[in-house]
Amino acid sequence: MIERSPIFNFVTYAAMTLGLLVVLVPFWIVIVAGSQSLQEVSRVPIVLWPSSHLWDNIGTAWARADLGPKMLNSLIVAVGVTTGKIVLASLSAFAIVFFNFKARMVCFWLIFITLMLPLEVRIVPTYAIAANALLPFQVILDTLGITGLVEAISSVRISLEWNLLNSYTGLILPLVATATGTFLYRQFFMTIPDELVEASKMDGASPVRFFFDVLLPLSRTNMLALATIMFVSSWNQYLWPLLITTDRANYGTVVMQLKALIPAQNGTPDWNVTMAGALIIMLPPLLIVAFMQRWFVRGLITKDK
Amino acid sequence: MAAISFSGVKKRYQKNDVIHGVDVEIEPGEFVVILGPSGCGKSTLLRMIAGLEEISGGTISIDGTVVNELEPRERGCAMVFQNYALYPHMSVRQNIGYALKVAGMPKAERDAKVLKVAKSVSLDPYLDRKPGELSGGQRQRVAMARAMVREPKVFLFDEPFSNLDAKLRVAMRAEVRNLHRSLGVTSVFVTHDQTEAMTLADRLIVMNAGIVEQVGKPSEVYHHPASLFVADFIGSPAMNLVRGFFAEDGYFRHGNGGMIRLPGLAPHHLSQEVSVGIRPELVRRVDASDKNAIQATVDYTEELGASRLIYARADGSTIIAVDTRGDALGTGMPVHFAFDEADVHVFSHDTGRRLDAPGRTHRSSATVSA
Repeated sequence: MIERSPIFNFVTYAAMTLGLLVVLVPFWIVIVAGSQSLQEVSRVPIVLWPSSHLWDNIGTAWARADLGPKMLNSLIVAVGVTTGKIVLASLSAFAIVFFNFKARMVCFWLIFITLMLPLEVRIVPTYAIAANALLPFQVILDTLGITGLVEAISSVRISLEWNLLNSYTGLILPLVATATGTFLYRQFFMTIPDELVEASKMDGASPVRFFFDVLLPLSRTNMLALATIMFVSSWNQYLWPLLITTDRANYGTVVMQLKALIPAQNGTPDWNVTMAGALIIMLPPLLIVAFMQRWFVRGLITKDK
Repeated sequence: MAAISFSGVKKRYQKNDVIHGVDVEIEPGEFVVILGPSGCGKSTLLRMIAGLEEISGGTISIDGTVVNELEPRERGCAMVFQNYALYPHMSVRQNIGYALKVAGMPKAERDAKVLKVAKSVSLDPYLDRKPGELSGGQRQRVAMARAMVREPKVFLFDEPFSNLDAKLRVAMRAEVRNLHRSLGVTSVFVTHDQTEAMTLADRLIVMNAGIVEQVGKPSEVYHHPASLFVADFIGSPAMNLVRGFFAEDGYFRHGNGGMIRLPGLAPHHLSQEVSVGIRPELVRRVDASDKNAIQATVDYTEELGASRLIYARADGSTIIAVDTRGDALGTGMPVHFAFDEADVHVFSHDTGRRLDAPGRTHRSSATVSA
């Protein structure tokens, strides 16, 4: 619908400006508060103009929350999730779209269902699995009576255990196993003309060759879009890292450290340091989005063709 | 030994049979065109040679080897697709050389071959461009170069020119023809365009509804159609065809009540429903005084330049004739036609097959009484 009248234009711009304010004002407050001294930040009414203490506050926050190693942890997790996701998504979509096997629809629906079960919903079972990743196999062996049988024969008790708590694997794997990426790739792969597949068959390329030589180069923009989304969302994960890492010192991520920066009940209300810390923590995803924006938008726009 | 031989080849999708047993032999070096209306199974047949469709029954052999169970790359065929099917992210050079790269040919050797093939289809100035930067005709040539570079045993063309404009199509047709002459590789070309088929083919395979209607040289198919379908499908304007019965008095009585005198043919085809047909260019304009003249009324005419088509009605059926007289002819004006009985084709209505009277060699004129 295209409608142009002065009043309508005014309303449109007013709505957009309002939206922009709603989004940007908190951000502005973070920057302002992060640059003020303790006295300035405690003043009532609050001052909405930046001051000159930004570097001091950043320095204090960095040291207090041990942000150096935690940044590295976050980076490892975010890059791990992003790569894992792209590999898993492209391969699973490749199987679903280009191979005509009997269980194709079953596989598709199994993946599809995970969309309805986000991590927050299945957090307890996921934690149980993370505590012992081989638990399902143990259960299968127990129910089939194999454990008992082996014990009776050899008096060895089968007890499978693979603990993922307090490890990068545990932080990364559950975040990789979601369907969004598979969907993005599936949509893209379905736009590839059949003739291209057939041409590569005639050229003698095996499916794997076709995947690497044709599909991956063609899906570059999709890959970058997915990478951006995944990097930002895994960087921002709070609940799962909080649950799975008891060893904060070694495996804590920056977002968890945000909690350490919030002033204690009866401590000094140095919100300026908290805000400076928040600024550091939100910077990497911000940079990634700013840098990838061009491909990000292109990748999302072309996905439904 | 035949280059490609079909023996009882069938194709079934779920429960629908789309190809009902094809038996054809294609000789080495031959240029064969498979012609038929859309949905007749011609592309399916081609794709079965290529290995892109499974063969549900019968066997296809290439150079004496049964290829039913072979992968496309093992069959030695190269294919040119309707929509070019070029890899959009690769340059022309990479597109042409991809099959060689997959086969593991060293880069230097590969580049030399690509250059040679590209030159032969005058693509060498465009080697570093992407397909998106080329015109339709150039893309089509890349697709052909990609097929040529592999030096295949068989070339397969799946309606390759249907996306090109008329002028380019004629040019590409000549190019394909020259290519075939210089390389001499067995080629199978699928099209629904009969001009393309007639001009390119050494031999035509006319298909309809999954059945091979006729196999033969283009002129043979045109002048001696084996079935009612072929007679109607080949030729533009289409053959004049009417349905009816021959009677013992030497007349053909058609469904609309008219009668045509065909004494030479009548005795051979008594007591069965037939269709008789004659090509429009064999219907002559004659003067009203001609004793064999059929009288008709002009519906309309189509000017073709060198000649014109007259669409006229006689006894409730339409006659199309090619006319070279330059006189003015308007709707509703009377015209008179005549033709030779020897030029008339007879087809059985039940089977749709051609009926040839034994020992029918004489040519006699047909007369009509209304």
